[in-house]
Amino acid sequence: MSHAVDSRESEEQDHHPQPGQYIKVAIILAVVTALEVAIYYVDALRDVLVPLLLAFAVIKFIMVALWFMHLRFDSRMFRRFFVTGIVLALVVFGIVLWIFFTHLGGPAPTAA
Amino acid sequence: MSTHEVASAPVAEHHTSTGLDNTKLAMWAFLGSECLFFGSFITTYLLYRNRVLDGPTPHEIYDIPFTSVSSFILLMSSLTMVLALAAIQRGDHKTMRVWLACTALLGMAFIGGQVYEFTTFVEEGLKISTSVFGSSFFVLTGFHGAHVTVGIFMLLALVGMSMSGRLGDRHEGARKVELIGLYWHFVDIVWIVIFTVIYLIPTN
Repeated sequence: MSHAVDSRESEEQDHHPQPGQYIKVAIILAVVTALEVAIYYVDALRDVLVPLLLAFAVIKFIMVALWFMHLRFDSRMFRRFFVTGIVLALVVFGIVLWIFFTHLGGPAPTAA
Repeated sequence: MSTHEVASAPVAEHHTSTGLDNTKLAMWAFLGSECLFFGSFITTYLLYRNRVLDGPTPHEIYDIPFTSVSSFILLMSSLTMVLALAAIQRGDHKTMRVWLACTALLGMAFIGGQVYEFTTFVEEGLKISTSVFGSSFFVLTGFHGAHVTVGIFMLLALVGMSMSGRLGDRHEGARKVELIGLYWHFVDIVWIVIFTVIYLIPTN
C-alpha cells in the first residue's frame, strides 16, 4: 500500500506545473496587484471600486491556491478541507454581521 | 500486523485509508482552521474600523504605496517558494536552498516593512490601546506577521536540514518542502485578503 501511495504522490508531482508556468502565474499576479493599486487612485471608479477590488482579490486568491498550492492538481480531499474552512469563516462573518446590525445597532460612527 | 511490525515500518505514516499523505492532509486541515482564525480577526476589524473616538482614522494613517510594495514582496516570495519545490522535485538540492533562502529573505523584508509601518503608526498616535480600530488593526496584522515569522524559521530550518543532509531523499525532501510551502502560500493568500479589505477598500 505504501508503494501505491508513493506512486500516487509521484503522479501528483508529475502533474505539478513547470517553473515556466509558475513564472507566468507570478506575472499575472503582479499585474493584477498593480491594477488593484492603480484603480485605488482613479476617482472615476469610486462607485465600482469595492466590487473591482474584491474581484481582483478573489482572482489572486484562487490563482495562488490552484497553482502555487497545487489544489488544481492534487486530490480533491485537500480542496474540501480548505473550502470547508473558507465557507465556515464566511458563515461566521455573516452571522456576526447579522447579529451586530440587527441586535446591537451596528458600529458607532467615527467621532472625528 | 504485530506491534513489532508497526514499530519497524519505515513509512508507517503512509498507510492511510484515503491513500493520501496524512501529514499533508493534516496541513490542509490546519489551514482550513486558520481560515476561521483569520476570518474572525478580519470580521472584527471590519466591524470596528470606524470606531475611532481618539487618534487617527484608517484613511489618515495608511501608506498605500508602501504597503503595496510590501504586498508585492510577499506575493513574489510565493514564486520563489514554488521554484524551490520544483528544484527539489528534480533532486536539485543546491538550487532549492537558493530559492528557499530567497523566500526567507523576502519574508524578512516583508516583516521589516511591517515593523517600520507599526513604528510609524505609533509615532503618529495610533497604538493598540488608542481606539477599537487600533486594537483590531494591530491584532490582525500582528498575528499575520507572527505567522510570517514562524514561516521564515521553518524555511531556514529546511535550508539547515538540506545542508546537513537531513532533508531525506528527493521524494521525502519534496514532501517536506511542499508542506512548508503550503503554509507559506496560505500566509500569502491571507495577506491578499488583508491588503484588499483592510488597506484598499475605503472606510465610510
